Amino acid sequence: MSGPSDYQPSNPALQWIERRLPILGLVHSSFVVYPTPRNLNYWWTFGAILSFMLGMQILTGVILAMHYTPHADLAFKSVELLVRDVNYGWLLRNMHACGASMFFFAVYVHMLRGLYYGSYKEPREVLWILGVIIYLLMMATGFMGYVLPWGQMSFWGATVITNLFSAIPYVGESIVTLLWGGYSVGNPTLNRFFSLHYLLPFLIAGVVVLHVWALHVAGQNNPDGVEPKTEKDTVPFTPHATIKDGFGVACFLLLYAWFIFYMPNYLGDADNYIPANPGVTPPHIVPEWYYLPFYAILRSIPNKLAGVIGMFSAIIILCFLPWLDAAKTRSSKYRPLAKQFFWIFVAVCILLGYLGAQPPEGIYVIAGRVLTVCYFAYFLIVLPLLSRIETPRPVPNSISEAILAKSGKAVASIAVALVAAGALFVGTLQDARAEEGGTKPPGNSWSFAGPFGKYDRGALQRGLKVYKEVCSNCHSLSYIAFRNLGDPGGPGYSVAQVAAFASNYKIKDGPNDQGDMFERPGRAADYFPSPFPNEQAARAANGGAAPPDLSLITKARSYGRGFPMFLVDFFSQYQEQGPDYVSAVLQGFEDKAPEGVSIPEGSYYNKYFPGHAIKMPKPLSDGQVTYDDGSPATVAQYAKDVTTFLMWTAEPHMEARKRLGLQVFVFLIIFAFLMYFTKKKVWADSH
Amino acid sequence: MNPDASTIAAGAPIEVDLSPVAEGQDIKVFWRGKPIYISHRTKKQIDEARAVPVASLPDPQSDEARVKAGHDQWLVVIGICTHLGCIPIAHEGNYDGFFCPCHGSQYDSSGRIRQGPAPANLPVPPYQFVSDTKIQIG
Ligand code: FES
Repeated sequence: MSGPSDYQPSNPALQWIERRLPILGLVHSSFVVYPTPRNLNYWWTFGAILSFMLGMQILTGVILAMHYTPHADLAFKSVELLVRDVNYGWLLRNMHACGASMFFFAVYVHMLRGLYYGSYKEPREVLWILGVIIYLLMMATGFMGYVLPWGQMSFWGATVITNLFSAIPYVGESIVTLLWGGYSVGNPTLNRFFSLHYLLPFLIAGVVVLHVWALHVAGQNNPDGVEPKTEKDTVPFTPHATIKDGFGVACFLLLYAWFIFYMPNYLGDADNYIPANPGVTPPHIVPEWYYLPFYAILRSIPNKLAGVIGMFSAIIILCFLPWLDAAKTRSSKYRPLAKQFFWIFVAVCILLGYLGAQPPEGIYVIAGRVLTVCYFAYFLIVLPLLSRIETPRPVPNSISEAILAKSGKAVASIAVALVAAGALFVGTLQDARAEEGGTKPPGNSWSFAGPFGKYDRGALQRGLKVYKEVCSNCHSLSYIAFRNLGDPGGPGYSVAQVAAFASNYKIKDGPNDQGDMFERPGRAADYFPSPFPNEQAARAANGGAAPPDLSLITKARSYGRGFPMFLVDFFSQYQEQGPDYVSAVLQGFEDKAPEGVSIPEGSYYNKYFPGHAIKMPKPLSDGQVTYDDGSPATVAQYAKDVTTFLMWTAEPHMEARKRLGLQVFVFLIIFAFLMYFTKKKVWADSH
Repeated sequence: MNPDASTIAAGAPIEVDLSPVAEGQDIKVFWRGKPIYISHRTKKQIDEARAVPVASLPDPQSDEARVKAGHDQWLVVIGICTHLGCIPIAHEGNYDGFFCPCHGSQYDSSGRIRQGPAPANLPVPPYQFVSDTKIQIG
């Protein structure tokens, strides 16, 4: 992309092609001999990381789409079955879901890099604006992708976000109807979101090509912000930049794999494991973490229309950045004041993200308003003003001069990158969950916790017994088939045992040749039958509260860990909120409500249930289920066993996930080291 | 991309029988995928709704204008928060009406916005009484 190339392939066949379509020359000039500034640091590898992530998302997405059903009644189930039954379906889904977060994480780093080093300034304005367009497309894609699993957060996120458009005067309502394809978010909405979610990534890829094109016309910016002047200022793209980017990607993969294999649900919301229900709004609607700062801006403005305008202009304002900041010096390295304000701005964004996850009450609202003002002030007041009043430090004459001035602290910046990775990421998350007067459940030591966790087979088998004899009277387990009981990583029954277990159940089948429904003994391929024919029956038989399906219950329940525990959890891999909660509720029944708490008729007091009034009577008591293996027949033991069992029903492939995770980590660490030493060798004479 | 014919057809009017709804209770029915609250208001709720000076409301509308004359005990509103579309909870909040859990909007016993970020009252869907105990929505 930098003019006609004099590249001549030696192979005659390639020569033949090259004369007709000079594509090899294009690749050669853009990615091989292309001169890149010698002084780029590791923040510049995020461009390559982003291209890699885009490829990853498209690849995993295309395969996921082969197994997904975009229908309001089937979408949730199809995602669950995909995770359970498709070969490595759990891996694909985790890669795609965590991939979205990592993509946004990388794009934020990339944008802040541009902001810090003034990469938007003359002559790179178009390059920058193309970047903002990519970011907008990414946000739309990410939002629509989050709707597809059709859980509670998907549904209500879609409702809240589409309703933003209703704030537009006069045409708002019709725009919203157009987005929905109906009178509310429903099946047509899901269908069109699926279609667009498949389309937009290819648009992104197209704009990325333009972005790279513009980059190769203007040339890369660099940490010192002076244009390369002589040969000495640059190195050829390959091998120098290629290998350095390779090392950057390898390090990034380590972080990515941490999420995929060990914390796949850390960035998600437990409520999204509850199927969408148009009749019930979850107590806190929280968007994905990467939208939180903008969500906070939306909520801090008390007027609906103004809030929506504020939120969108927070993004659009980036387009005008090249003209708002008129300072001649590019890099903040040489702008002492701009540097400080930059870091304040980063802190403001992170804090806004934190506030976006908090309930909109009291101090949070006020803090949100102050920070919103700060956000806009940075662009509208600070940057224009600084370009007038600041005296920058002298800029080096050339890149080689800058390199001579300092040598080798590249590794430090990668360390900073990783620390920032942890902090930034985690800084904006979670937290605003179901607490409403529930006591925090006590922690337990689970056999399946931690990087080497495994299910305790005995506990799984005992838990199955408890489920069968107690829970199954009211609760279904509809995503689990009898055959799963013999799967590796599960309770470990043999094929014959599974068949025998299944044949104890009566399964409704039909219609037969006479057109009648009939009952037959269960087979391994059948799913656990539900105790009630439909939700209404379940509701009617249980005093108005339908007992939830238990297949996903340990992932669908959680409680807020609060600051700073959720930071610690990232490193300790603690993610057993669900099991802790389930086991606490099973043991949290008390005969008499404490003084001052009144429990409505037909409900029972439970210490750990949010609001304390639970419709389920105390399900377990000592000695109720007999164990054959000599384990104590106590409520505590029952709770532990059945929770372990339910964790397995929610994550049947957990053992495979953690096992593969270990292998991937060993590989990635070795790979990263090799890349690092190769890079050192390649760059040996360039520093 | 506007709604297709079947979606429009499914949005035809529905009839709801009110006789099982006792005073002080309410039911939620779905019409066009939207939840509709039908509340059988108590005397106290009606009086509260009529006692407030209309001009002091954020979206001024009298209670009489929001119910059908002669059926003052029945309030029929679309249960979608006018802020960003969550479903408010009935019989909660400080005004004996509805409370939206999402961003804390509160509506009174006439479904009028009293507090919070929502800009407008809960909308009243088109409906009429076909008999004393039956309404047609739509
Ligand atoms: S949606 Fe009801 S207050 Fe925001």
